[in-house]
Amino acid sequence: MTSSEKSPSPGLKPFTAMVRREFAGYFRTPLAYVFLAVFNAFAVSLAFFVGGLYESGIASLDRFFLYHPWLWAFLAPAAGARLWAEERRQGTIELLLTWPITVWQAALGKFLAAWLFLACALLMTVPVALTVGWLGDPDWGVIIAGYTGSLLCAGACLGIAAIASALTRSQVIAFVTGFLACFLLVLVGYGVFDELLAGLIGSAGVDEIRRLGLWRNLEPFTLGLVDVRPIAYFLSVAFAGLGLSTIIVERR
Amino acid sequence: MPLIEAKNLSKSYGAIRAVHAVSFSVDRGEVVGFLGPNGAGKSTTMKMLTGHLRADEGAAVIAGFDVADQAVQAKQHLGYSPEGAPAYGEMTVREFLRFAADLRGLADPAESVRKTLALCRLDEVAAQTIDTLSKGYRMRVGFAQAVIHDPEVLILDEPTDGLDPNQKFEVRRILKEMAARKAVIVSTHILEEVGELCTRVIVIAKGEVRCDESRDKFLARGTDLNAVFRQLTA
Repeated sequence: MTSSEKSPSPGLKPFTAMVRREFAGYFRTPLAYVFLAVFNAFAVSLAFFVGGLYESGIASLDRFFLYHPWLWAFLAPAAGARLWAEERRQGTIELLLTWPITVWQAALGKFLAAWLFLACALLMTVPVALTVGWLGDPDWGVIIAGYTGSLLCAGACLGIAAIASALTRSQVIAFVTGFLACFLLVLVGYGVFDELLAGLIGSAGVDEIRRLGLWRNLEPFTLGLVDVRPIAYFLSVAFAGLGLSTIIVERR
Repeated sequence: MPLIEAKNLSKSYGAIRAVHAVSFSVDRGEVVGFLGPNGAGKSTTMKMLTGHLRADEGAAVIAGFDVADQAVQAKQHLGYSPEGAPAYGEMTVREFLRFAADLRGLADPAESVRKTLALCRLDEVAAQTIDTLSKGYRMRVGFAQAVIHDPEVLILDEPTDGLDPNQKFEVRRILKEMAARKAVIVSTHILEEVGELCTRVIVIAKGEVRCDESRDKFLARGTDLNAVFRQLTA
């Protein structure tokens, strides 16, 4: 790539450089390809073999999206583990923080690049949708809503992963803690902790907490309902995670 | 106006007082040798000067900009190579320098990369990933990212650490070439470096400045620099 005369204003240049480096960073190691393969293998096999997508005889992807909270809970922390932990391990965080870019710009650039990478993983599952389209006559609006919801869900998990990554220099620790936190959000939605929580905060509070479950918020999308509440939920988790991780890095 | 100003910088890690009320300023054309035993507070002071660490007390000013309040402007005038010259190991030398140039928003990043590769004699390894380089080349890559924007202020934390005599000579040569136009701080515990490279010496021990004088005055303290060093830092 050579410098072009029509480069964006200098104000945006460092930021786009950041996003490009981080995004390309995923593909510098074989890990990215392993990640994409694993995501696809699980997304497809869970939908067909566990969810019975084919046997159901319905031209819809809701059985495909059903497993996405589980997938993101596992794979978003895997992709997000390197965000800050790797900078700390390599010592490059000291460079980054003494280059003329604000921590917020750097953090947002990293986050967007990681989200873009997860979007690539999701995009690779489009053949599943095409298969359903070939076999039947699905509602494409519903499918697009489902993909949008899944991408937002990925962003929320990534927000949590960013916090985990900002706290440690070990990618393994970042991954495990990020995964556990996301896993908790998956389980909460299925009411796993209802009895335990009812004793602590009463049954009214339990219902509110169940609303925090990932699937509870993704489900409306898979039915074609694009509602403000789940969108606000996913985006606030994503940006709260981004904000908190940035503050952690800034305060170190 | 001095290009580097440390005003009463202090930093503690819990109960340990790492740096206490360190003040000095550096003008254009000066190469300050920052000496002191390990753990004396050299790196901590440099980290506060570069804005990587927030000072508990005091202020650091680079080219007239406060590193805490006007961080981005201050950092535009600053080139910094941290101890051990960290770099993104999975990138090639050229990619890494290109990233540094882009992140600094340089007008012609490709040209800046080309010039810097030549200046630091990195051409032959430009296409290699940094992880595969020898220590000497890695240190030079760290140096290269610090000078790619031809900054007025250069702060180098042990830039010759672990290099062989030829490589040390090379780094000193490049530094001398550009020193007249810049304010430079070089930390080191190699005392011979003082005579060859520096115009001024600051000795720091237990977080405090023990001596701040011209090179000639420092060299006149005695023929055995190691003894002078021990006495100053005791």
